[in-house]
Amino acid sequence: MSDEKWTVTFIVFRKKDEQPVRYDTFTLEVSPNEYVLDAVERIWAFHDRSLVFAHACHHSTCGACGMRVNGVERLTCITPIREVTRNGGTVRVEPLRNFPVVSDLAVDMSRLYQAMDVVHAQAVHPLDAAPLEGDGIRPPRQVPQPEEEGEFLRLADCIECGLCVSACPVAGTDPAYLGPAALAGAQLQSIARNPDLLSVVDCAEGVWRCHSAYECTAVCPSNVQPGWRIMDLRRQVVAQRIKALLGQR
Amino acid sequence: MTKPHAIVIGAGFTGVAIAYDLAQRGFRVSVVERGPIANGTSGRTHGLLHSGARYAVNDQESAIECIQENIILRRIVPDAIEPNGGLFVAVQEEDLAYRDKFIEGCAACGIPIRELTPQEALRLEPNLNPRLLTAFTVPDATFDPLRLALAFAASAKAGGAQFYLYTDVVDLLRDGRGNVCGVKAWNRAADRRFDLLAEVVVNATGAWVGQITAMAGIQVPIAPTPGVMVAYDRRLTQRAINLLNEPGDGDIVLPQRRMMVVGTTSFTIEDPDYVPVYEDHVALMMERGSALIPALRQTRERGAYMATRPLIGGTAPGRSISRTFKAYDHAETDGIDGLVTITGGKATTLRLMAEKTVDVICRKFGMDVPCRTAETPLLSYRKFYL
Repeated sequence: MSDEKWTVTFIVFRKKDEQPVRYDTFTLEVSPNEYVLDAVERIWAFHDRSLVFAHACHHSTCGACGMRVNGVERLTCITPIREVTRNGGTVRVEPLRNFPVVSDLAVDMSRLYQAMDVVHAQAVHPLDAAPLEGDGIRPPRQVPQPEEEGEFLRLADCIECGLCVSACPVAGTDPAYLGPAALAGAQLQSIARNPDLLSVVDCAEGVWRCHSAYECTAVCPSNVQPGWRIMDLRRQVVAQRIKALLGQR
Repeated sequence: MTKPHAIVIGAGFTGVAIAYDLAQRGFRVSVVERGPIANGTSGRTHGLLHSGARYAVNDQESAIECIQENIILRRIVPDAIEPNGGLFVAVQEEDLAYRDKFIEGCAACGIPIRELTPQEALRLEPNLNPRLLTAFTVPDATFDPLRLALAFAASAKAGGAQFYLYTDVVDLLRDGRGNVCGVKAWNRAADRRFDLLAEVVVNATGAWVGQITAMAGIQVPIAPTPGVMVAYDRRLTQRAINLLNEPGDGDIVLPQRRMMVVGTTSFTIEDPDYVPVYEDHVALMMERGSALIPALRQTRERGAYMATRPLIGGTAPGRSISRTFKAYDHAETDGIDGLVTITGGKATTLRLMAEKTVDVICRKFGMDVPCRTAETPLLSYRKFYL
């Protein structure tokens, strides 16, 4: 820990209703160990009370504060200023792409929630039965559990922050695409155990729409790695189709 | 008969729970919130669904509220909760002096606990300090703060409540007799100003209640009391881990998704709008947290943040103020009708705070409608957006 102070200029995307987009600059003294969200909140608190931005938990469990920082999707509450600029440097803060902008840095993520709802993505998983690591892969560590305590549950890794949808080149061109988070949510449930999911994901707007750009995996702040889950989901879909051909369903 | 219109200021835990309860009991509800849902204290809680054991010695009223609400919330918001229990752990001789009081307090409050040998405790949670002296299981749980709030908000919305987010209350509207009859609002997203009239305005702004009541010239005894929380990047336990001793700094360590969160500190401030994260507080969390779970030292900081508790009192220092809550009908306390303030309390008791507040409001309107929020599961948090 240190008392190091940097001077950093924040270039912030602004948008109100029908008014044209503009960028405002705010120069702040910050600690490089602070997080980008701290600076955004300080701009609101001390420089411009009209600034609109979304945030809640400030520690990466809620997924509310996704923004583009210097052009890259980041969860701003866990992005240290040190990682995105230098003393005397700039930080450009913009809203996520592929969602309608509510105002300034806040977007309307209904599209994502709709898709998560369609695949019935689980918010809470059983620790042992639900394969958090995907079908056939054991959790990283077997957790001892006395029988009388019943099943351990764990909040899902996906925090529904929308970073993957913002980074996805396909989501940018096809508004009906289910998107990486929802397809990952389907993969976790396993088509073999939830056959109803097959028709939801085995379609043009589902698992086959992905172009394997893997931008989703690159920006995911929460260990979901949607990219390979979509590929695994394709394997699951093909396996179901083959079983159907052989008359096993 | 048309429904009476209630404006709820604040979409933190208390505000969304009140909006839901009011809508269920026959009010037309508008929620005015200057940010998104749960952007203030509520979003920034560490996420411990208290069993009440933390308060069982010093604040039994809060402890009893906690255990009762803990059981209810597990039932009505299952998709925001990790219901994995908790442990109270003694690591030093001085902690053992608290043991008898703890057993007695939990028994008095109806909190089921079970003492474990150190070996049993380490078998359940291998990352605990191996030098622990004793441990108790408690029915703690952890919750996702935003999704807990969203579940109430979604259910309120389904009951007809309208949400005005990113909308500041800039003043209270007063009628000819000085009573409150609505709010003057500023929608920052569209940069539009408008008035909203209502039969009652509910001030559910937590640590900020004083700023709203000041608009009506009313003072309330509120002590905004921030504390730091630090998140680390590995999950080291399945249960919530508490230090078996009087409540103090950095004595709660919680698992959440793939993280551990350590909290907290306690000091009072005047203006809760922005509270910096102090690096010495962050260092203290690592020091205290690793006394319970030494492997924390092998983790990396993932996030650090401040949350400001809305404690009632004012003169007593933070930890000694009761964690229970209070609803004020300002017609009774200050002779100004149309304004009700709720503050104090804690996340675990959000539903109960709403029940008591809406009881007060129903009495004002001569409505005899029972509260049903404890019985009905809430809608999925996602429904808030759909």
